[in-house]
Amino acid sequence: MIIAEHLEQTYTSGGRPLTVLHDISLSVEPHAFLAIVGPSGSGKTTLLGLLAGLDRPSRGTVWLDGENLNTLSEDDRALLRVRKVGFVFQTFQLIPTLTAIENVLVPVELQTTAVNHGEAVAHAHDLLERVGLGDRTHHYPAQLSGGEQQRVALARAFANRPKILFADEPTGNLDAETGRAVIDLLVQLNREQQTTLVLVTHDRALADRAGRVLRLVGGRVASGDGRIAS
Amino acid sequence: MSDWRFTLRMAAREVRAARRQLALYASAISLGVAALVAVTSFRTDVTGALHEESRALLGADVELRSRSPFEGEVRDLLDSLRAADMPVASLTSFGSMAFAPRTGGTRLVEIRAVSGGFPFYGSIVTTPAGRWDRLEDTRIALVDPAVLVYLGIDRGDTVRLGDAAFQIDGTVDRVPGEIGLEAAIAPRVYIAERFVDETGLVRFGSLVRYAALLALPDATAAESFVDEHHDLFQQSRVGHSTATEREENMSEWFEVLSRFLGLLGLTALLLGGLATGSAVHVFVRRKLQTVAMLRCVGAPQRTVFAIYLLLAALMGLVGAALGVALGVVIQHGLPSVLADFVPLDVEPRFRLVPALAGFGIGIWVAVVFALLPLLDVRNVSPLQALRHAVEPALRRRDGWKVAAHILILATVIALGVSQAPAPVVGLVFAGAIGVTTIALWATARVLTLGARRLLPTRAPYVVRQGVANLFRPHNQTTPVTLAVGFGVFLLGTVFLVQRNLLDRLAFESGSDRPNLVVFDIQSDQVEGVRALLADASVAPPQVTPIVPARIAAINGRPAEELLQDTTESSPGRWALRREYRNTYRDTLVPSEEIVAGRWWDGESTGAGRLARISIEQELAEDLAVGLGDRITWDIQGVRIETEIASLRRVDWARFELNFFVVFEPLALAAAPRTFVTLANVPDDMGMAMVQRDLVTRYSNVSALDISTVQETLQRLLESVTLVIRVMALFSIGCGLVVLLGAVATSRLQRLHESILLKTIGARIPQVRSILAVEYVTLGLLASLAGTVLAVAGGWGAVTFLFRLDFRLPVLSVLALVVTGVAATTAVGLTGNRGLVRRPPLAVLREVAE
Repeated sequence: MIIAEHLEQTYTSGGRPLTVLHDISLSVEPHAFLAIVGPSGSGKTTLLGLLAGLDRPSRGTVWLDGENLNTLSEDDRALLRVRKVGFVFQTFQLIPTLTAIENVLVPVELQTTAVNHGEAVAHAHDLLERVGLGDRTHHYPAQLSGGEQQRVALARAFANRPKILFADEPTGNLDAETGRAVIDLLVQLNREQQTTLVLVTHDRALADRAGRVLRLVGGRVASGDGRIAS
Repeated sequence: MSDWRFTLRMAAREVRAARRQLALYASAISLGVAALVAVTSFRTDVTGALHEESRALLGADVELRSRSPFEGEVRDLLDSLRAADMPVASLTSFGSMAFAPRTGGTRLVEIRAVSGGFPFYGSIVTTPAGRWDRLEDTRIALVDPAVLVYLGIDRGDTVRLGDAAFQIDGTVDRVPGEIGLEAAIAPRVYIAERFVDETGLVRFGSLVRYAALLALPDATAAESFVDEHHDLFQQSRVGHSTATEREENMSEWFEVLSRFLGLLGLTALLLGGLATGSAVHVFVRRKLQTVAMLRCVGAPQRTVFAIYLLLAALMGLVGAALGVALGVVIQHGLPSVLADFVPLDVEPRFRLVPALAGFGIGIWVAVVFALLPLLDVRNVSPLQALRHAVEPALRRRDGWKVAAHILILATVIALGVSQAPAPVVGLVFAGAIGVTTIALWATARVLTLGARRLLPTRAPYVVRQGVANLFRPHNQTTPVTLAVGFGVFLLGTVFLVQRNLLDRLAFESGSDRPNLVVFDIQSDQVEGVRALLADASVAPPQVTPIVPARIAAINGRPAEELLQDTTESSPGRWALRREYRNTYRDTLVPSEEIVAGRWWDGESTGAGRLARISIEQELAEDLAVGLGDRITWDIQGVRIETEIASLRRVDWARFELNFFVVFEPLALAAAPRTFVTLANVPDDMGMAMVQRDLVTRYSNVSALDISTVQETLQRLLESVTLVIRVMALFSIGCGLVVLLGAVATSRLQRLHESILLKTIGARIPQVRSILAVEYVTLGLLASLAGTVLAVAGGWGAVTFLFRLDFRLPVLSVLALVVTGVAATTAVGLTGNRGLVRRPPLAVLREVAE
């Protein structure tokens, strides 16, 4: 589902080149659950961003569902994401001006192919129902607690029936109990929807639930080989 | 779902969430559109009314004018018209003193004596109504309302004009074709022409204008009548105009006036554009996370760009629609504000074309100015959704940005040229806007860099923090400098020009300056007037002779022949046709200097030589003459040939008795002449007494109290500047919106900052002081920049437009700077009000959620 070869990412910081990822290769099979762990600044989020096509690597190649991201323009990569990728962020990233259901619908509305709107709304309702927010569909993010916001974000991540889900510290801003509930939901939805899940986390307990764990230190793979099977 | 439906939907949701904020920004556009629509609609109203009532403007189809009674062939022509039952009216005008026996009040007025059923078209509105019809049959006078005020009398009282007395039967409220300005300078008194002789006012030397007014079947007939007799009129020095020509002249005059006002409206609109630009900037900054997230989940660049472009267009649409509505309301109020400048009653009507134009221009300006900040949306990386610290990718040489800049430039130039009275003025306007913007922008840059460089490291913490705010990321230095600077610049320029003109008047009326002009004194009255004035005046009055004359020939070529000559080097018609009021003297006066040739310093003309004259240099140019050329004068039928011995430069702005042509004394010793004198009468009581004594003793002598002229000019100047200020206020309103927008940009950031400061122990006064330091510094620099530009603008206008020496009223300028600082600080502190009082915990929770 995902293949990365010899990824290297260098940023310019304060006028000096700063390499945050060194020669990383990995592959993720369909329906697998990969957790990327490591201390702060080890390059976890950068790797996630490269795998999702949010940025181009300085060197190396990423194939996402058979497509070479290097050969795609920015808009083509966006198109690929809207069709096949879901996102969960540490800071939830709900649009404050949209209600819960409207937030969930955004990825569907961005589809360029014809979508049955009624069906999409029903699906969104269903997803919010599944994350336990069936009675709060018309609330704005500011009217929801942190856990509730992240559950809306989960519903949004699954709204376009993605093949791959990227999650960046999804429990990082939540207390332990709420975090656990969110992860239960994430794992459950992942299993039901047959999604490939790539997750960045600090949380050992969460990493333990992954099929494979890739540990990064200083931008290099410290443990867990590149091959992760389901 | 297709792209555009998503775009529409997202834009609609953004509107839903920020209605009030967007309305504020839309109001900036609406102010500019309102000013533009009001001025252009009103212009259409006035030019339309002028066209519809062009015959009423003249009261006739053709007007013939002369400085002397119609004689010879012209009189025969008029007689033949009368014989053919064609209506011919006449209007004789001259200045004279009006004296009210009951109150003793005196005032220089313009007497208009009518006969023959003037006006043929349009009607003269009187109070009580319908009194005009009785004018020609009875010994009554109809007067401008101002005359009653000046003389302290009422309707029914008697007014003396020269040797005749008239009962005031009513006031004249509206004469079509005359603008209020004229009445303000010399209020009018209408009488029947048959009483003119009885007044004894038309004597030798009186400045009298004779007009004959004709009614013809239509405009074509008027045109052909004038064409047919053109040569005769030319030779007889008779001026002429048709109703159509008058309409064209007035339309043109009004067009120029209203287009200058239109430029002020345009300034407001451009500031409105700036406000939209900064609004979009604020909006986009707040939406960066949303934009990054949308990009993350797969929204293409163009979709995200389109959402916010649509939002800007929507803001423009709402603003422009509101602006059109407001503009129409203002349009209906303009006739009363501009009454003094409009030659007839105007019925404001809704004008579709200016309304549509304003609407379209409003939307266009909003979109064009929104483009620059919107283009930044394209640079938002989807990575920003994952980590905040990602710097937006900088694109060097962004073609779109260059295009957006060019589009803004083209818009400013196109709008300037289309609104201005002439393309050059439009270009100058666009240039001035450009220079001002660049200067203010540069000031902001210098301020940002300077604050960083010169940050006082030893100053108290609040000062350092306040100054540091000027260059921190996402600072608001540039928009605030532009908004405040522009406001101060506009207000300051108008103020400085007005102040310089008023100062000039005040300077001339210093206590040691003459304040009374007495003229039309006949030779046998000179001694009496001199004696009368000697008692009242501080300094002995100087009596100056005046010899009325016309040009009969130049270098032997008769004036009639020269008037036919249309080659470029021929003398100007005006200069040839006019009646000159010349003088003679031995010495130069302080307001003039010789620029060529020699002055006759007491030396007498040799026998048999031509009499020498000195001529004002610009007149010499008009007449196409120079040193040594010969001018033959016609002085009451006697011809005197003269030679130009010198050219003078005259400072007309100085209140002296200045003359175009000065003769050497001997040449005019025997010529018929009148006299004029200046006196300095110290107090108001004395002034009133002198005028009354003069009028009762010498009924034909006129006196003009300079202070009344000054008051009139001052009032005029004030009404002009009022109109300009009202238009400038629109711009300042827009500037305020820009300022509020800038304050709003950083409000969230400030909220975090003040919470942090309070959490670690800052007291509320300290947090407030930081804000105050920041806004005072910003306001000070922006106001200083605006003031420097205003001084430059004011200097340019006073020096080149009004040709006066520029004086800088330092205290007033300082007051302007203080006002700018106060306004900036007030808006800044108000915009952030409540922020410092919020408890940190509540806000922390809010921010975290």
